[in-house]
Amino acid sequence: MPLLSEEQVIGAAHRIEVGMRRDLPDPAGAGVRARLAEDMGIHVKDVRVIDVYTIHANLNDDELERVRAELFTDPVIQESSIDAPLANDYDYVIEVGFRPGVTDNVGKSSAEGIADTLGRALAPGEAVYKSTQYVVKGNVDETICESIARDLLANVLIQRWVVKSAKEMQDANGASLLGLPIVTERSTIEVATVSLDLAEPELLALSRDKMLALDLNELKAIQGYYRDPAVAKRRAAAGLPAQPTDIELEILAQTWSEHCKHKIFNATIEFVDETGKTRTIDSLFKSYVKATTDEAGKRVDWLVSVFHDNAGIIRFDEHWNFALKAETHNSPSALDPYGGAITGIVGVNRDVLGAGLGCRCILNTDVFCFASPYHEGEIPPRLMHPRRVLRGVHQGVKDGGNQSGIPDVNGAIVFHERFLGKPLVFCGTGGLIPAKVAGRPSHEKAARPGDRIVMCGGRIGKDGIHGATFSSEELHEGSPATAVQIGDAITQKKMADCLIEARDLGLFTCITDNGAGGLSSSIGEMARVPGGAEVHLDLAPLKYPGLAPWEIFLSEAQERMTLAVPPEHVDAFMDLARRREVEATVVGTFTDSGRLECYYQGDLVGALDMDFLHDGVPKMHLKAVWRKPELQPEVLVEDHRLITDLKAVLGSLNVCSKESFVRMYDHEVLAQSVLKQFQGIDHDGPGDAGVIRPVPGSNRGIAISCGIAPKYSDIDTYWMMACSIDEAVRNLVAVGAQLGTIAGLDNFCWPDPVQSEKTPDGEFKLAQLVRCCEALYDVCTAYDIPLISGKDSMKNDYKIGDTKISIPPTVLFTAAAILEDVRKVISMDVKTPGDVVYVVGETRNELGGSEYLALRGQLGTNVPKVDAPSARRMYVSLHAAIAQGLVASCHDCSDGGLGVALAESAFAGGFGMQIDLNRMNVKSDIIALFSESQSRFAVTVPSRHAAAFESALVGHPFTRLGLVIPEELFRLKGRNGFDGEVSLSELKEAWQRPLRW
Amino acid sequence: MENSSIHALVLTGFGINCDNETASALTRAGAHADRVHLNDISADPSLLERYHILAVPGGFSYGDDVGSGRILANRLRYKLGDPLRKFVADGKLVVGICNGFQVLAKMGMLPMLSGDFIQEVTLTNNDSGRFEDRWVTLKVEPNTRCIWLKGIKQLELPVRHGEGKFIARDEAIMDQIENGGLVAVRYCRRDGELARGNFPENPNGAHHDIAGICDTTGRVFGLMPHPEAYVDRLNHPRWYREKLPEEGAGLQVFRNAIEYARENLCAASV
Repeated sequence: MPLLSEEQVIGAAHRIEVGMRRDLPDPAGAGVRARLAEDMGIHVKDVRVIDVYTIHANLNDDELERVRAELFTDPVIQESSIDAPLANDYDYVIEVGFRPGVTDNVGKSSAEGIADTLGRALAPGEAVYKSTQYVVKGNVDETICESIARDLLANVLIQRWVVKSAKEMQDANGASLLGLPIVTERSTIEVATVSLDLAEPELLALSRDKMLALDLNELKAIQGYYRDPAVAKRRAAAGLPAQPTDIELEILAQTWSEHCKHKIFNATIEFVDETGKTRTIDSLFKSYVKATTDEAGKRVDWLVSVFHDNAGIIRFDEHWNFALKAETHNSPSALDPYGGAITGIVGVNRDVLGAGLGCRCILNTDVFCFASPYHEGEIPPRLMHPRRVLRGVHQGVKDGGNQSGIPDVNGAIVFHERFLGKPLVFCGTGGLIPAKVAGRPSHEKAARPGDRIVMCGGRIGKDGIHGATFSSEELHEGSPATAVQIGDAITQKKMADCLIEARDLGLFTCITDNGAGGLSSSIGEMARVPGGAEVHLDLAPLKYPGLAPWEIFLSEAQERMTLAVPPEHVDAFMDLARRREVEATVVGTFTDSGRLECYYQGDLVGALDMDFLHDGVPKMHLKAVWRKPELQPEVLVEDHRLITDLKAVLGSLNVCSKESFVRMYDHEVLAQSVLKQFQGIDHDGPGDAGVIRPVPGSNRGIAISCGIAPKYSDIDTYWMMACSIDEAVRNLVAVGAQLGTIAGLDNFCWPDPVQSEKTPDGEFKLAQLVRCCEALYDVCTAYDIPLISGKDSMKNDYKIGDTKISIPPTVLFTAAAILEDVRKVISMDVKTPGDVVYVVGETRNELGGSEYLALRGQLGTNVPKVDAPSARRMYVSLHAAIAQGLVASCHDCSDGGLGVALAESAFAGGFGMQIDLNRMNVKSDIIALFSESQSRFAVTVPSRHAAAFESALVGHPFTRLGLVIPEELFRLKGRNGFDGEVSLSELKEAWQRPLRW
Repeated sequence: MENSSIHALVLTGFGINCDNETASALTRAGAHADRVHLNDISADPSLLERYHILAVPGGFSYGDDVGSGRILANRLRYKLGDPLRKFVADGKLVVGICNGFQVLAKMGMLPMLSGDFIQEVTLTNNDSGRFEDRWVTLKVEPNTRCIWLKGIKQLELPVRHGEGKFIARDEAIMDQIENGGLVAVRYCRRDGELARGNFPENPNGAHHDIAGICDTTGRVFGLMPHPEAYVDRLNHPRWYREKLPEEGAGLQVFRNAIEYARENLCAASV
C-alpha cells in the first residue's frame, strides 16, 4: 500500500499513557488473558492494558498536564503519565495502533475533548492518535508476542504493532513506539486518459489490473460508446479527450458492478430442467421477485414504496410508515471482521435513514453465518479462524448498534463448514417516518434541477475505494486492503439526529446514503430524476490531501449522506448543520443537462450521458442446467437413545443458546420492546420473533423474524428457500401475527453462478438459483407476502491457489408483520402445570439436512418440504386460536425438530412436560422427535381451553402429546416401551454450554 | 408558563440515545418535556432557567471514547458549570441515567460532597468485561435522601451498560455516601436480599451493590439502570406470565420528581 509511511514524525508529539491503578483489577487485561488461553492456548501470568494517546499538537507543559488530568485520566481508578512509560513489572509490551489513514474514532473524540478542555480547537494538521499497549508477564518470548499481536490483538490490514522486551523498553526510555500514522503521500494529482483502443485480451487485462470487474461485453459496450461519432463530437466540444478519463471509467465500472446493477438477477437465462426441457427466463428479478410483489400486493393494501428506494416502505398506521431493509457485508468482514461488521450495521442504518425523506432507525436485526468456532483444520491463506471472525463480527455489530442507540430485536447465528470461505454478515434495520413530512408525503422524493448537492457527515479518504467492484469478485490474493473501513457510529448518530431535524423543517427534497460507490453512486442515482448533475470534486472535504478526483468520487468512506437542498434552504441547512457540529458541504448542483459532469479545480474531468450510465450495461445471457444431486439416502438406527440424542441436538451449534452474544446487544433502548429475544421465568428461553411497540401511547406493534436454512441447499435449493420463508412466517405466527400483514425481504448470498474457467459448475449453481427463486414466488404468493426490498451478493467464493471454497447457497428471509394489539402476543415459555401440550402441523419423515443427521455425519435426502396452501389454512386457524386467548405458549419447531422446541418451552417456563410420542402418527421416535418438518409448532393450552383449541384447529393436523407438569423434569415415552426422563436443568445446560462465551 | 405545569429539559446530542423515551416517560408522568440539544443550551444557558427538571439520558456520548461520559462531563463542566450550579441551588432537580449517571459522576456533580465539581466516585468497566443488557432488581435504601424514590421499596429495571461498576475514590467518601443517606438504590435478588457482589444480581461488581446515588439535597440523582425503560407493564420481561400493574415501576421515579417540583418550585418564578 503506497499510503503507508512509517516513522514520519512531523513536529512534536507527546504520549499520554493511562492504565488502571496497580492495586485495582484490570478487566480489559483479564479479558485478553482469558482469550489468550481460550483461543490460542497461551497461558500468561498477567496482562494489563494501557491506553496510549499520542498527541501530535503544539501543547505546552501546562496544557499537557491539564488534558492528562482532566480529560484522559479517571482520578478515582486510573494512573497516567506524560512521555514516560507506565508499564512496570513485565516481560514484554505489545503496542497496537492504526495504520495511516484508518479511521481512529477515539483519536477524533480525544481531539474534541482537548478542544473543550483548553477552550481552543487543535490547529489544522494537529491530531490525537490512539494506540493500545498490552503489558504481558510470564511465559512469553518475542515470537509468541508476535503471534499474539498478529492472531489476536491486531489486524495487519488496518493496524501496526511493535513488540518490545522490558530491556528494550528501558533502553528506549519513553520514546514513541510507533511512528505517527500520518498519510504523507503527496502524489501529483492528475487525471489520466485510458485508451480503450485495445484488442479483447488487453481489454480484459485492463479490467483486471484496474479492478474494474467488467466483463468483455461490458468493456466493448464502453468502447462502443466512445467510438460513437455523436459522443465523440460532444466530448471534443466539451474539451474532453476522445478516450475515457480515469474517472469516467471508474464511474462506469462501479455503476455497472454486479453489486450495484444486479446483472445476474437481470440476465436472460436459458434454463434446462431435469428432463432436458429448456425455457428462457427474462430476468429472475422481474420473473420471480417483482412478480411475487405484484401478485401478493394485489391482496394487501399497505404497500407504500417498494424496490425503488433504499428500503421498502409499508404503512404502520394512518400517521406513520415503516421502512425495512437488510444488507450483507461479507467480503469486508472476511478481511476485517470488526470493521466489516460495524460498517455493515451502520451502513444499513444509513439505507433506512436515506429511505423516503429520512426514517428514524428503530430496530436492527443481525444474522451471521460462520464455520464452526471449534474448527480444527488448516486455515487457508488470507482467511482467519472462524472463532476470530465470529468474535470480531459480533463486536462490530454490537458496537455499531449500541453506540447508535438502535435496539437489536432479532437475529441468528448459523454454522456450516463452507462458511470458512466467506462468512456471511446480514444486517437489517427498520425505521419509522411520519406519513407526512413538512406537509408532503414522506415517501416521495426527487431532486430538482437547481437543487444543490450537499454531502454531509464524515470526510473522504482512500478508505473503501473499490468496495463495489471488490464485492463483485471472489476473495483472492490481490483483494485490496483499502476495501476495509471502520465505522464511526457517533459521527453518524450526530448526522442522523441533525438530518431528522432538517427533514422536519422541510430543508431538503431528496436524500440518499453513500454506500458502495460513494458519491458517484449517490449522486448518479439522485441525478436520474432531474436528469443530470454537475459536481465539483475539489469542494469535497478530505481526511488528508492527495486524492485524485476519481478517488474522491468513488471513495466509500463512511458516515456520509447526500442531499438535494433547494437553493433557498441552503443557508438554513448549513446553519443547522453547524449548530449540530455536523460537517456539510455543497459539492455541486443537480441539472437537466442529461449528463453527469465532474469538475476538479474548474476543469471538466469527466462527463457521461445519464442514459448510457444507467441503461447502457449490456444484458447478460447465462445458461442454467438443473440436475438432481446424487446423494446418499439417510440410514436410521433405532437405538432408543432419545434422551442422549436430544441433549446432543440441543447442544449442536445451530441449535444451542446464543444468549451470551445477544445479551451484549442493547435490545431495549427506545423502550419499545414487548417480546425480547430471551423469554421465560429466567429470561433465557429463545423467543421466536421480536415484538416492538414503536409509537408511545399506541398498542400497535411490529413483529420481526427471520428464516435461514443453508443446510438444505445441497439437497435442493427450492426447499431451502421454501423452508427459510416458512421459518420466518411461523416465527411470526407463533407470537400471534396474522397472514396478510406480513412483508418480506429476500437477501441472497450465492457462490458465483456464472460458468467460467474458475467456476466450472456455474450452470448448476445458476440452476440452484433459479429453483430458489421459483420457491420464493410459490411460497410468498401462497402466504400473501409481498417482497418490499432485497439484495443479492453473488460472489461468495474463496479461491487462492488450488483451494476453492464456495458457500452453500443461502437466502436470509426477513419478515415483518404489523400487529393490531401487542397485548395479545404470546411467548414461547410454558406457563402453568396442567396445561395441555400439542404439536400442531404434520410430522413427516424429513430428516434430510437435519441437525440429528449432521451429528451422525450424514446429510440424507429427505429434505423438509413446505405444503404452503395447507400451511396457510392452518396458520389462519392457529392465529384465530391465539387471538381468542386460547393459547398459553407457542414455539416454532425448526432446527433440531420437535424435541428441541418442547425442551426449550419447558425449561424457559420452569415446568416439566410429560410427552408420549406414541400418539403421533409417525413410524419412528427419531422422526417424531428430530425430523425438521416445516409448518409445525409446540403449543401449550390451559386445560379449560383444550376443547375450544381443538375445535379451532379442526381439519388441521395436530396431536395432543401430554401435559405440563409441576416437576422440573422432561418425561418422554416412545415406541417399544421407551420411557425416559431428564431434568430441565440438564437439558438447559446442554443447550447453553457450547457457546457460553 | 402556567404555575402548575412542570417543565423538564431532556438533553440530546453527541451520542445520547435514550432522549426520546426519557422525554416520553416524563410526559407520561405529567411533565412538559422538551428534548434540547446541548449546543443550543451552550449557546444560550438561560434556556435552563425555564425548566424545573434536567434529565441527562443514557446513550454513548462520544462513543464512550476516553472513558464513558468523560468528554460530555467535561463539556458540561466547562461550558455550563455555573448555570448548572445555579440550577441545583435554585432547588431544581437533576437525574442522570446510565451514561447520564457516568457524566454526573465524572463531572463531580454526584455526590458533590466537596461542594465543587471534583470527581469523587466513578463508574468503570463491569467485572464481566462486557456490555450487557439484563433486568435487575433494585432495593431502595430505606434512609435515602433521594426524593426521586419516595414510596418505592423495590423495583425491577433493565441495565444496559459496559461501565457500571460503582467505585468511590476512597473509604472516607464511601463512608459519607453510606452514612449521609446518599445511597439511593442497590442491586438485590428478586427476594429482596442484597446481591452482595454476586453476578448476575449485581451485574457489574459495583462496590456495596450500589446502583444509584444522590447528592446531599436528594434532588440530584444518578443511577445505572433505566427507569424510563419500565413505564408500562409490557416493558417488563415477564409481563406475559405474571400479574403486574398496568403502570411500570419506573414511572413513579419521574412522578416523584414532578410532584416534588410541583410542591416546592411552582411558587418560584420560572
